[in-house]
Parts: sequence; C-alpha cells; structure tokens
Amino acid sequence: MAETTMAEMTGASDQPLLVAEGLTKSYGRLAACRDVSFVLYPGEVLAIVGESGSGKSTLLQMLSAQLAPSGGRVSYRMRDGELRDLAQLGEAERRFLFRTDWGYVHQDPAQGLRMAVSAGANVGERLMAVGWNNYGRIRQTASSWLERVEIDTARIDDAPRTYSGGMRQRLQIARNLVTEPRLVFMDEPTGGLDVSVQARLLDLMRSLVNELGLAAIVVTHDLAVARLLSHRVMVMKEGRVIETGLTDQVLDDPREPYTQLLVSSILPP
Amino acid sequence: MTVMLDVENARKTFTMHLQGGISLPVVQGVSFQVAAGECVVLSGPSGAGKSSILKMIFGNYRCDEGRISVRHRGEMTNLAGAEPRLVLNARRQTIGYVSQFLRAVPRVAALDVVAEPLLVSGVSRDDARARAGALLARLNIPERLWSLPPSTFSGGEQQRVNIARGFISDLPILLLDEPTASLDAANRMVVVDLIAAKKQAGVAMIAIVHDDDIRADIADRIVDVTSFAAAA
Repeated sequence: MAETTMAEMTGASDQPLLVAEGLTKSYGRLAACRDVSFVLYPGEVLAIVGESGSGKSTLLQMLSAQLAPSGGRVSYRMRDGELRDLAQLGEAERRFLFRTDWGYVHQDPAQGLRMAVSAGANVGERLMAVGWNNYGRIRQTASSWLERVEIDTARIDDAPRTYSGGMRQRLQIARNLVTEPRLVFMDEPTGGLDVSVQARLLDLMRSLVNELGLAAIVVTHDLAVARLLSHRVMVMKEGRVIETGLTDQVLDDPREPYTQLLVSSILPP
Repeated sequence: MTVMLDVENARKTFTMHLQGGISLPVVQGVSFQVAAGECVVLSGPSGAGKSSILKMIFGNYRCDEGRISVRHRGEMTNLAGAEPRLVLNARRQTIGYVSQFLRAVPRVAALDVVAEPLLVSGVSRDDARARAGALLARLNIPERLWSLPPSTFSGGEQQRVNIARGFISDLPILLLDEPTASLDAANRMVVVDLIAAKKQAGVAMIAIVHDDDIRADIADRIVDVTSFAAAA
C-alpha cells in the first residue's frame, strides 16, 4: 500500500488539491492576514512558520473553512475532481469535508478529542459519522489505528483524560486519519509537549504522511518541525507571506532579513 | 556522450542582513558539464565554494544568476529558480546527494534509513530492505546494528550508513560531498568501488574529495573552482 501511494506521488497529481487566492482577513483597521496566495498539490506538506501574531493561525482557520475571509477565496478539489470555492459549498459538502476528507489536529488534544469517552469511541466516532454501523468492525479498525500510533490496545476502553499528553496527541492523530482524509491541517501539533515526546510524535507523523501520501498544512513556530515534516515552507510576518520555497532552501539559504533572524535564532542541539 | 548536467554561468552571493547587510560573494561564472558515466571532481582550497556549488545544483542554495540544467525524464531541465515541486521531483527521480553528515531521524532503524530512497521511488519494501542490507554488509556495518537507529552509532558508522543511503538509489546523477572523509582505508576502497560501479552504470557524478589518492582513483576530470572566484 505504502509503495503505491508514493509511486503515485511521483507520477501524476498535476492538479492542485487546494488553491488559495488573495486571502485577507481584517478586524476593523487591523489586517491579521493580507493577500495570501498559494497552491497545494496532493501529497505535499506545506509548513507555515512565523511568530505569534504573524497571522498563521488566522490563515489556517480560513483555509480550513472555519473563518470567512474578508477578501479572496479558497478552492478545494472535491473527490469528484471538481475544484470548488469553499464559500459556495452546501451544508452536506461541508460536512463531508470536516468528517471525512479533512483532518484537523489541534495543538491542545482536548479540543480535538472527547475527553470523557473511551479512546476506541473517539476513533470510532468518525467512522460512525460516515455511516459505519458494524460494532465489531469499528472496534477492530479503531484498535488497529491505536497500534499504528503506538498506543497499547489494552488502553482502548480508557478515556483520553487518563492518557499522557503525548498519548493524547497520538490519539487525536488516529481519530483524524481513520477516515483516510486527503488533507490534514495541523496547528502547532507538537506545541506543549516534552522534547522527547515531540521527537516520537514527529517521527510518527512523518512516516504516516509518507505512507498515506497525505497532503498537509502545518502551522508551527518551530523550524525543526518544518524541516522534518514539510516539503515547502511559507514564512509569515505581520500578516504577509514574506518568503516561500523549498523547505531546505529557505532554511539553508534564507533570503529575507526576518527569515535570517528566525533561522539564526535556533540554538544548536 | 550524453550530457547529464550543464551548469552555465551560475553565480551565488550571500547577503547577511543580520551583519549590516554585507554582501558575501561566493562564486560567479560557474560553467561546466558532466556526462553520463563520468566523475568530475571539484578542486580548490577550503572556502573556494565547492560545497556551495553542490548545494546550488541540489537546490539547497538558490542560484542568483545562470542556469543549472539536469537531464530529468529525458530532457534538459533548468532547476535554477524552478518551482519547488519540480526540484522535489528531480530529487526523487534524477539527482541524489551524499553529504558528509547524516541528518538522523530519531528512532528509524539503519536498514530503513538506507532503504527509504528506494521506497520513495516506488521499489517494494522487501526488495528495498534486501538491497539496503546488502549494501550495509558491503560497507562493513554488522547485521546486529541494522535494526538500531543510527543516532546511537559511532561517527564512522553513521557516515557509512549515509553513504549506503546515497548509493542505494538508481538515480542518474549523484553529488558526493567528501564521501570518504574520516573512513578507514578498507571502507575508503569500498566507496571507490561503489563509485566505479556507478560509472559503469552510466551515472554522472560530481564529487568533492580532499584525499589525493582517492581523487586520482575516481576523477575522470578535475574542475578548478578557484577560476570561479567571485570578485569581492
């Protein structure tokens, strides 16, 4: 399975999955995000980096149809192959995106999980939302996803509030990926975790993204996360994209003063 | 003679904004070609810009001026200033880089680190792992280490894992950045043999080596980088 998705990635996929055009968000006179345009292809991982207040979270919310832009638009290629303006989607199509075709990994797992129900139910819920109704199959699929994200299946009936931070984040990833989405949004996915836990999570995300041929948009202030996970990077400052390109090119040969400052501010390990 | 790489009049200057915007010229007028089955060695003292030229070809560094064309899917394709997708595609199908240092991914077994480039180009997992094992054995990495992450290995072992990862592919162009530095004599000879086998297979290579003996063993041609010195 892994082999075919990666082979596909190297071949076709000449049609963009998501297109952002002139995205702008203003709050009164304050522009949180100004005129952002880019194209994302299937299987591509894009990192959006910048410090707090740079507009990267606002941008992610607009891209994932959670916030209406003041200007510009986002188009997404639906599974029927048609590129559609997100603002024009009907309720059923929006639901399909949120429940099936997209994943959204929150920085705080408590926002993306139901903390009081079992881990198995957290994963199974997404399957039931898309019409699965065979309890045995749901449980089996949930259990195999727990294994994939390295959670002991003996913990399947425990609620995530009994889990550690790293386990919660891995559970949130399983919950998102179980419906085989084509695009995953991640908002600071390693923020708030211990460094050792971060490394394990990053490694897991990296291999899952590769194996599944997922496209992802990852918001992070951590350049190491961008380097490990992404193909391309956009650097944001004061609501604008100031530099964009291949991840290793932007990080090894930063051109803009602000990007040079970001890159030079990393402490060597 | 099939030209695989054609560098024309490439120039690189760094502008250091944090140091008052000083401009650091590295190289200019870089022009040379490499044919299939040929190994070109870049020579010149430290700081002459040898590694920068390799990085410009691979796309880690931007190229300020000129063209860097590689034979990609049968056609000469300019990678200087190309879209990230094209550069990434060229890295999957056409051009490989063997650096001195392994950028170790935590927790991934040495065998999988080496097999990964094959997986990305569509080879099955079993085949890829079998070929990875054969290459690690050839580079004298004992089998008991294969399932361990290389971050726990000695410097020389890590470098050999990295060499295996670089040489395992069937890519038609390889960039070698001091592949034999800090290897013992036996392993240096293994690398020389691997390079000879790549030449036989028609691979075009551009190498940086500081060891005079190795250079004599592998170089078909030497390009003196000092002639591309940028006027300061």
